[in-house]
Amino acid sequence: MDLFEYQGKQYFAKFGIPVSAGGVAVTVDEAVKVAEASQYPVVVKAQVQVGGRGKAGGIKLANNADEVRLHAGNILGMDIKGHVVKRIWVEHASDIDEEYYASFSLDRAAKKHLLMLSAQGGVEIEEVAEKDPDAIVKLHINPVDGLSEKVARQAAVDAKIPAKALDGVAKILVQLYDCFTAGDCDLAEINPLILKPSGEVHALDAKVSLDGNAEYRHPEWAEYSATEELDDREQLAREKGLQYIGLSGTVGIIANGAGLAMSTLDVVNQVGGTAANFLDIGGGANADQMAAALEVINFDKDVKSIFINIFGGITRGEEVAKGIVEAMKRVNLRAPIVIRLDGTNAEEGREILASAGIPESKLMSKPTMLEAARAAVALANGK
Amino acid sequence: MAIFVNENTKVIVQGLTGGQGKFHGLRNRAYGTNVVGGVTPGKGGQDVEGIPVFDSVADAVKATGADASFIAVPPKAAAAAILEAAKAGITFIVCITEGIPAQDEAKVFNTLLRDYPKVRLLGPNCPGIISPGKCNIGITAGEIAELPSAKGPNVGIVSRSGTLTYQALYELKQQGIGVSTCVGIGGDPVPGTSFVDCLAEFQKDPETHAIIMIGEIGGSAEEEAAEFIKANVTKPMSAYIAGVTAPAGKKMGHAGAIVSGGKGTAQGKMDALRAAGVQIGLNPTEAGSLMAEIVKGLK
Repeated sequence: MDLFEYQGKQYFAKFGIPVSAGGVAVTVDEAVKVAEASQYPVVVKAQVQVGGRGKAGGIKLANNADEVRLHAGNILGMDIKGHVVKRIWVEHASDIDEEYYASFSLDRAAKKHLLMLSAQGGVEIEEVAEKDPDAIVKLHINPVDGLSEKVARQAAVDAKIPAKALDGVAKILVQLYDCFTAGDCDLAEINPLILKPSGEVHALDAKVSLDGNAEYRHPEWAEYSATEELDDREQLAREKGLQYIGLSGTVGIIANGAGLAMSTLDVVNQVGGTAANFLDIGGGANADQMAAALEVINFDKDVKSIFINIFGGITRGEEVAKGIVEAMKRVNLRAPIVIRLDGTNAEEGREILASAGIPESKLMSKPTMLEAARAAVALANGK
Repeated sequence: MAIFVNENTKVIVQGLTGGQGKFHGLRNRAYGTNVVGGVTPGKGGQDVEGIPVFDSVADAVKATGADASFIAVPPKAAAAAILEAAKAGITFIVCITEGIPAQDEAKVFNTLLRDYPKVRLLGPNCPGIISPGKCNIGITAGEIAELPSAKGPNVGIVSRSGTLTYQALYELKQQGIGVSTCVGIGGDPVPGTSFVDCLAEFQKDPETHAIIMIGEIGGSAEEEAAEFIKANVTKPMSAYIAGVTAPAGKKMGHAGAIVSGGKGTAQGKMDALRAAGVQIGLNPTEAGSLMAEIVKGLK
């Protein structure tokens, strides 16, 4: 789960990382109120989960209430690369002497934590990596050992952070590492990490991605999931407890298993179609799960055909087939289904589907994944 | 021969009295696996259809001489369960639990590496392992795995995905091709056992003559496998990578299946494997037919 900047900053603050005084606003009046409390000049920042906000006009400096009104009015509702701005963050503008970069993530190849630190912050780190790779210090940290202030300080020295900022940077690195580990982040990034004329070091931005698997031990995350940007289909799927990702095609997909679901999208694409979604119905695929999945797919107005791709392992084919027949009684589908049922007792399953009295215009059974994909795509393309 | 597990493997099930543990533990025993005990704290002395239950892994190992463990406990308890098994002397651990926080996984992996270097962890979030006719630990439906033939050729399977693994097993069975061992390494970001670990064992195993590998988007395990194959694997291989059309930045069901920052794409993985001499199928069925052709050539 990706956090908005303001949520990331609030999360950072819990671990002691210094951030600017400010607040979130959803209206112009609220923005002015926050600005007055934060002391002028302030920065008005669009809260969207996409890079390049500044270039798009989503970050503006304001010296008084009128300017806050002007900028907040322009930014709220602005479309930045397809993301509509619903919230803005208003904070006291910081004086900046220098800008650095710091992040912690998991290096999957090394199976260790990775610190990336650079004295060249404020720009995309990928850009620095390309132009001046030596400017980025990469340090692997063994999760068993953790990160000491001494090691953090040495990394800062290696990154050529100037002497006056070393103590501040080292302290924030330890706090950020604590946020990354105890806070169960996939990514905790500060860019830029700034040095103020006063000598203080401070997080001016926050990019935080949380590990959904750790949600059970973070009840405080509930407020973050409440603001997660889901489309209506994804919202419905979440309510039904389904693993669903909305896409923009016309073939609705239901498969059992994440790998098979991904593979189903690929095959649909290979034969000239486009998938409307990713949906992993899980190992069981009983009538309740199937009905819930069909409801979500049926909700998507773009869906022209539905491709159910089930491979029976422990779940036997006849159980899956009964589940589908039962689910079709409960949901009044707009689009026809093409099903590929294979694996354990698949023939018995196909027999049940064939003898259920459902017309072929509503339910078609194909023996292989490829044939089923072709049939589903033909239906979706109106052939 | 087979890799990692065989007819002599003695297995305990951590979580045998729970729903998943009981269901799959009993199925594994019915398949012929030596399931010698179960572990549930506080339930020592009971039994599950004749399988004795112990309070701790240490007790179970002492009483049964078990060397492998099948962990089917909830995510909250999984990290501690893995370390308990390692401490008690278990050398092969299969953890099917889905939903373990990545921070816990990274810590467990590195703790095993430092304190129990001889222990192999398979998973978490994996379907398990089956050496057909010998040993089945996990959730694989044993009946869809073709027995290896004494003369061969037999195929080894290694996969990040459960259902795609079953599909591979099934397709080989349809064609009457034997399987030496099928390993599901799981879809999490820090798997205990990697493609490379399995490929190295398959390369050594005299009963394995060819290898199917099933990967997916995210991370760089397939690219590392490609490097390893180029340098070390002489047995013919086919592969399939799922997720060509997966959008960037989304976790596709598996915690580890995500393309981020342009890295971990299916195309990059296919290119790397192809360059290492692996035949690539554009869908799972094609990878299966490619393997059937390979096997024909070996006969």
